[in-house]
Amino acid sequence: MFHRIVALVIKELLATLRDRRSRLALVIPPIIQLLLFSFTGTQEVKNIGIAIFNPDTGQASAELCRRLEASGNFRYVTFVTSTEAVTDIVDRQKAIACLRFQPDFSERFVTGQDASVQVILDGRRSNAAQIVNGYITTIVQRFAAEQTAPGRVAITDELIQPRNWFNANLEYIWFTVPSLVAIITLLISLNVTSMSVAREREMGTFDQLLVSPLQPIEIMIGKTIPAFLLALAEATLFLLVAVFIFRIPFHGSLPLLYLALVTFITSIVGVGLFISALSATQQQALLGTFTFMVPGMLLSGYASPIENMPQWLQVITYANPLRYMMVIVKGVFLKDMPPEVVWGNTWPMLVIALFTIPVATWCFRARTS
Amino acid sequence: MGVKPKHERTPFFTNEMKTESPNSQGETLFRRLPSAKRRLETAAPLGDSHPFMVQKLNPRRLLALIRKEGVQILRDPSSILIAFILPVILLFLFGYAVSLDSTKLRIGVVMQERTPVSESLLAAVRDSKYFTVTPGFALKEMEGQLVAGKLRGILVIPVNFSRLFAENTGGEDTGARLQIIADGSEPNTASFVQNYLRAAIGGWQAARARDQGSNAHPGIEIETRMWFNPSLESKNYLVPGSIAIVMTLIGTLLTSLVVAREWERGTMEALMATPVSIQELVLGKLIPYFLLGVGSMSFCTLVSVGIFHTPLRGSVVALALVTSVFLAACLGQGLLISTLAKSQFIAGQAALILGFLPSFQLSGFIFEIRSMPAPIQALTYLFPARYFVQSLHTIFLAGDIGAVLWRNGLILLGFATVFFLLTARVTRKKLT
Repeated sequence: MFHRIVALVIKELLATLRDRRSRLALVIPPIIQLLLFSFTGTQEVKNIGIAIFNPDTGQASAELCRRLEASGNFRYVTFVTSTEAVTDIVDRQKAIACLRFQPDFSERFVTGQDASVQVILDGRRSNAAQIVNGYITTIVQRFAAEQTAPGRVAITDELIQPRNWFNANLEYIWFTVPSLVAIITLLISLNVTSMSVAREREMGTFDQLLVSPLQPIEIMIGKTIPAFLLALAEATLFLLVAVFIFRIPFHGSLPLLYLALVTFITSIVGVGLFISALSATQQQALLGTFTFMVPGMLLSGYASPIENMPQWLQVITYANPLRYMMVIVKGVFLKDMPPEVVWGNTWPMLVIALFTIPVATWCFRARTS
Repeated sequence: MGVKPKHERTPFFTNEMKTESPNSQGETLFRRLPSAKRRLETAAPLGDSHPFMVQKLNPRRLLALIRKEGVQILRDPSSILIAFILPVILLFLFGYAVSLDSTKLRIGVVMQERTPVSESLLAAVRDSKYFTVTPGFALKEMEGQLVAGKLRGILVIPVNFSRLFAENTGGEDTGARLQIIADGSEPNTASFVQNYLRAAIGGWQAARARDQGSNAHPGIEIETRMWFNPSLESKNYLVPGSIAIVMTLIGTLLTSLVVAREWERGTMEALMATPVSIQELVLGKLIPYFLLGVGSMSFCTLVSVGIFHTPLRGSVVALALVTSVFLAACLGQGLLISTLAKSQFIAGQAALILGFLPSFQLSGFIFEIRSMPAPIQALTYLFPARYFVQSLHTIFLAGDIGAVLWRNGLILLGFATVFFLLTARVTRKKLT
């Protein structure tokens, strides 16, 4: 049995790696994904433009405008001169936010009446708009606090000491690159497993395998191991890229990370085999992969925090292996996560693997016999 | 049109087609696409080199091809999966699962002193709608939870805070400090924690000043107006944006797989041996998937407006027009990929890289284009998705803003033309 499996593994690796184009298809896309995702997967707000409509001619509003311009939060500040221009510049997305002063803003501010500024935000991009609003509010409040007459209680900046642990300067790339190691590993292990059986089925060579002395279970193992090895090899490559090219700090323990990776890949390979067992053609396999991958990614906490989701969806995320791997990979890279926490996120993946592999085996047998 | 037994369906010779039912439907389909027809005719002057190609578009043959493709679509559950089931899953996830408006950030508050001041600050933070607060006394314990990812941030109220804070009546610094520790491993969430906590503390301070009868100045009131999306729900732009992904999947991924399959199985050569001209072949592939895309688009729009209550402020006509040109561009891209790749595995990978990824990553649908490094920003202009997502956001949330829609629509039309011209070139070479 052992010899037969080894033979199948070798055949499988050869079949995948022999053809230059499929070799490229295995290596190039993940690299492009890693590079592209690393730079695009950001919700930071930089290089953004705002507009100011200031019908007031006083000192205070002019000073506030100057501060907004000098703040460095905005790439450019456009001054407009009419309400129509405000509408136009926001509509055409040339500015994500527009500040509109009262015509008597400075006078009111100096004489101690309620002075107000209207901030118009483009809700088509509400996440970025909210962050921009945060910048504007901070600048305006600081200005107001500094200009206060004696005796007023200033909202002191010194009161609050902000600290960001594990990533002091909030480098976005420190978040995306480790997360991508997990996501792309998922992609490869799923893709290779689900496509390999489907391809043989479509070509008709799967029947040849079935009439060979190989048992269905041996075929399955023989199909699983190469996918597993390829995924692990690519994950290693990405770890190297993350550490040596992107210079992401790696504070944790490498053996722990590998332990988690192996469990993670095993659970995913189970899903891949399951898709494989169900699909008759490569098209079905690829689309099946997709149907698993997209929700898997969105429900992992990568795209948005899990606690923002409705309760019942949060429950579903417990069945998603990527959810746990995400915590581990970021934790090991940035936080030097202690073994008990890593284990706390590894055993659920083990449970998932212990479920997916037998179910896939059962499906596989049911389809082949 | 029913499914006929195989032996009647497979050949595409004209003599056999004459026995088929009247093809008025095919002719109307054909008439609907005069521009595409013209384009293909001018793009691929194949007649000179190949005897079969002299003929003009034959509506009957075209209908037969469309019928063949339609049957193949209906026969394969995976195309229904991608056109109708996956969109529901996607819209559903973007409607419920992906929320960029953090409202339940889990934070810990470390109370190193228990005084009326610190208690009132804790109450103020608890009142904020953005947090789920866990109070505690030991920073060590909270730190462990931050490492485990159970908490997003910690607010530390140190010993002596209330005494120092009370001394700070005149506005000078007495050394009162509050520390906010955020988990930087998720930068977006970390900045939300910092900003919202800062706002909560500021509000608390102002309220205390008022209560103590201090002559606190109202300062500058900031009145925020969120245009197009006043309730600030990210689903209002994520759900329409995800339609772009669905269209890419149908247009680029599905089409490239289908055509690559014909090459892989050798049925493409069989088709070439028939009198079918290249234009008919291409249109026969495009029209069914175009219709599938339009069907899926209508379905997605219904789901997003009907179930997710996203506004649709623009007109259906504008939506239909922009979708059509985008779909044409995607189909052209898919066709080009499959003609070059000729293997399903490679075509699938290429479609993911050139179709799906850009529509997810480079379209501005989730991630801010302006925050990306300049070379990648430049790259976003090279993929159709960016223009479509911007149009979708505008049509759904803002209305028919001509300046945005005309520009994007024309650019998308340009993409479609280029892809079809390239496909026509490449296909001709392979045929002669």
